[in-house]
Amino acid sequence: MKLTVNGKLRNVKAHPMKRLLDVLREDCGLTGTKEGCGEGECGACTVLIDGVAVDSCIVPVAHAEGCRVITIEGATATKTGKALQNAFVVHGGAQCGICTPGMILAATPLEIGASLDEIKVALAGNLCRCTGYPAIFRSVESALKTPRRKSSRAGHL
Amino acid sequence: MARAVGSNVRRKDGDAKVTGAAKYIDDLTFPGMIYGATIRSTIPRGTIAARHISLPDGFVVADHQDIPGPNYVALIDPDQPCLAVDQIRHVAEPILLIGHADKHALIDVHKRVRIEERAATPNYDPEKSDICFKKIAIDKGQIDLGFRISDLVIDGEYRTGHQEQLYIETNGVIAVPGDGQMTVYGSLQCPYYVHKALVVLLKLPPDRVRVVQTETGGGFGGKEEYPSILACHAAILARKANRPVKMIYDRVEDLLATTKRHPSIVRHRTGLTRDGRITAMDIDVIMDGGAYATLSAVVLSRGVIHAAGPYRCDHVRIRGRAMMTHTPPNGAFRGFGAPQTQFAIEAHMDRIADQLGIDPVRLREINALRPGDTTATGQKLGKDASALPVLRDAVKRSKFAQKRKKWKGTNRGIGLSLFFHGSGFTGGGEVKLASKASLALTANGAKILVASTEIGQGTRTMHAQIVADALGVPFDSIDVNEADTAFVPDSGPTVASRTCMIVGKLLERCALDMKKRLGKMTPAQYFKKHGSFTVTSQYEPPPGLLWDDHTYAGDAYGSYAWGCNVVELEVDPVTFEVTPLNVTAVAEIGKAIHPMMAIGQIEGGTAQGIGYALIEEVVMKDGRMANATLTNYIIPTPQDAAPMDIGIMESPYQHGPFGAKGVGEMPIDGPAPAVINALRNCGFDIRSIPATPERVMKAPRI
Repeated sequence: MKLTVNGKLRNVKAHPMKRLLDVLREDCGLTGTKEGCGEGECGACTVLIDGVAVDSCIVPVAHAEGCRVITIEGATATKTGKALQNAFVVHGGAQCGICTPGMILAATPLEIGASLDEIKVALAGNLCRCTGYPAIFRSVESALKTPRRKSSRAGHL
Repeated sequence: MARAVGSNVRRKDGDAKVTGAAKYIDDLTFPGMIYGATIRSTIPRGTIAARHISLPDGFVVADHQDIPGPNYVALIDPDQPCLAVDQIRHVAEPILLIGHADKHALIDVHKRVRIEERAATPNYDPEKSDICFKKIAIDKGQIDLGFRISDLVIDGEYRTGHQEQLYIETNGVIAVPGDGQMTVYGSLQCPYYVHKALVVLLKLPPDRVRVVQTETGGGFGGKEEYPSILACHAAILARKANRPVKMIYDRVEDLLATTKRHPSIVRHRTGLTRDGRITAMDIDVIMDGGAYATLSAVVLSRGVIHAAGPYRCDHVRIRGRAMMTHTPPNGAFRGFGAPQTQFAIEAHMDRIADQLGIDPVRLREINALRPGDTTATGQKLGKDASALPVLRDAVKRSKFAQKRKKWKGTNRGIGLSLFFHGSGFTGGGEVKLASKASLALTANGAKILVASTEIGQGTRTMHAQIVADALGVPFDSIDVNEADTAFVPDSGPTVASRTCMIVGKLLERCALDMKKRLGKMTPAQYFKKHGSFTVTSQYEPPPGLLWDDHTYAGDAYGSYAWGCNVVELEVDPVTFEVTPLNVTAVAEIGKAIHPMMAIGQIEGGTAQGIGYALIEEVVMKDGRMANATLTNYIIPTPQDAAPMDIGIMESPYQHGPFGAKGVGEMPIDGPAPAVINALRNCGFDIRSIPATPERVMKAPRI
């Protein structure tokens, strides 16, 4: 089966029903994707398939055939990935770190300037037991902050 | 030089965690490694009549006969078998271990093994149990006199349920056998607990057993004692197979088999004067220990010591019992007995306020412990006792009085709780532990050698901040060794809010000793000229700290952190769902070494406390957790997160590093009673948690 993982075309020899999570961890050696519950509840295994966040523990690899898959190891290649990664360190969004790859990937599809409500919706399928979430919201908000425009005082003069 | 302490330096483990580079236990493999599974009991009580095993080649099977040493998990009491012999005391008790090179071959292996079980009648009621793991009595003053001088007596009974730690990374270890030795890697909080259990079980000299903590995806107490039995299992199987064995629980097994917070029943009888002064506190505490002792004795200890809450009272009688029942053993969970008993006293205080017609803030102001007062164990509090300051700050910043008035008669409510939490091991515990910490000089700074584990709370970063400032070098020049028993001394377990206050203080002393030896040289200059050296310091109790384990009297803890929560919530009049609208949490923690991480501890602990209060319910059916999946044991999600206003106050503890006290556990003591008191404010009389919509609907109306 062929799929593109973090920009690299992979030819994987696996049963089509093998969990994408296991294919990424075992066949591709990308252990940054974590298993938390194995039933699509906690979001620790979140990856992007063609830009959409999915729980890779309930996606058979056949579903990802011919798709572009992004894992945490490839997050820097996304528009906001690098800023999110840095913000999760700077603003305390990462504590034990086990939910962090999934949280970051779930947040990458958000647009710059996303509101708190939009952030909560994007992360609704991802559980964190350490932070209670406020620090995660602050991390995402900070990474997606609208670049400060030069204040135009001209109109007031 | 910029001081590291008190600033939000970049956390040491941050970058590895956000890039996927950090290695957790399931991310590791070893040459020749096989996988292990556990065959468990299906009944809560009985005997094992026979084991029928028919497995093809390629499977390795181990049972209790494969244990070289005594068959128990060494912790406090030697009552818990590592593998059951013939007696079953709870569902999911481990009986057999099965290994195979292909982990998929183990998925339905339990169907190919039949354990013949003979059932006996189980008991799930701790009050009807005839096995008591621990009894504790605390007496202060004369309880009869306290009631004689009271104008009225108010009593009440309060109950709390199980709670699951729900670390997102399940329990897991890898055991690697060697020639007369064993190394275990794992997701764990206390490397030396695991080390002790392996030394006993494998009958090996201590220097032939090595335990290495891998990056750990949350613990909250759930990886305090449990990893010992799991490490023992993996080691037995590894010994039998003579190959490395990986054992990782899936979520269902983790929920069914591992420890939970002790359910509790707490009864209060309180003598009061009409103007609201407490004259007598008679408190009975019962903890449901589950099937084996594990840590019940010490959970009970912390529970009873905190049972009178942060209140002054001359006449106190507290009786505590931890009882055996036929459910999987309960164990450590953040707060460790204190959330249960402080739920009871704080719910009780609001009932007292109602009955006396006194404002709940005023009632607490009258009775709150002040500097110089004595606690229930007779400990005289120092200047850093901060019950009143945290209460006043939380009330002010939440606009408690205004909202209480404005929301009267609506489906909105506001409630508060006042609480405290002792830092470090109880009583003489730290003296017995006699923890050590070491610091080694490196080419450009120093390396920290401690067994304290990073489980998300920021151990590595916080310790490095303390050392950097005490040594007078930049934060980045301090390295932290991994918690590997081959290299680090026994700094005690990473529990009991002791990692900063106790181990951090040992490291501060190491750094000061090192600085003295360096003289006027920088670490780099000294290293170039003389090479490396290591300094070690060992715990000594601060002068004047006295504790009597027989009378349970004296200085229970070196210091206490203090907290006040205000919860605002709304009750849906149709579904009775409760939505927290805002939470104010004020915490006095001595000194915030890393303010952002301290806030992270408070926010995270508060969210767990809100879950404990409202939604987290372990449903036990015939001794088995009936909702053992993440689909139906629910924890707060991003959509449930209420806005939080966190206030940190600092009243330094003179024997803490830079004045710091413990911060990790306290945040979970207060949310549940604040929620229940807010529900009382809405007209619902609830005395047990979790307050699920069903319970709220059925609650008597006030």
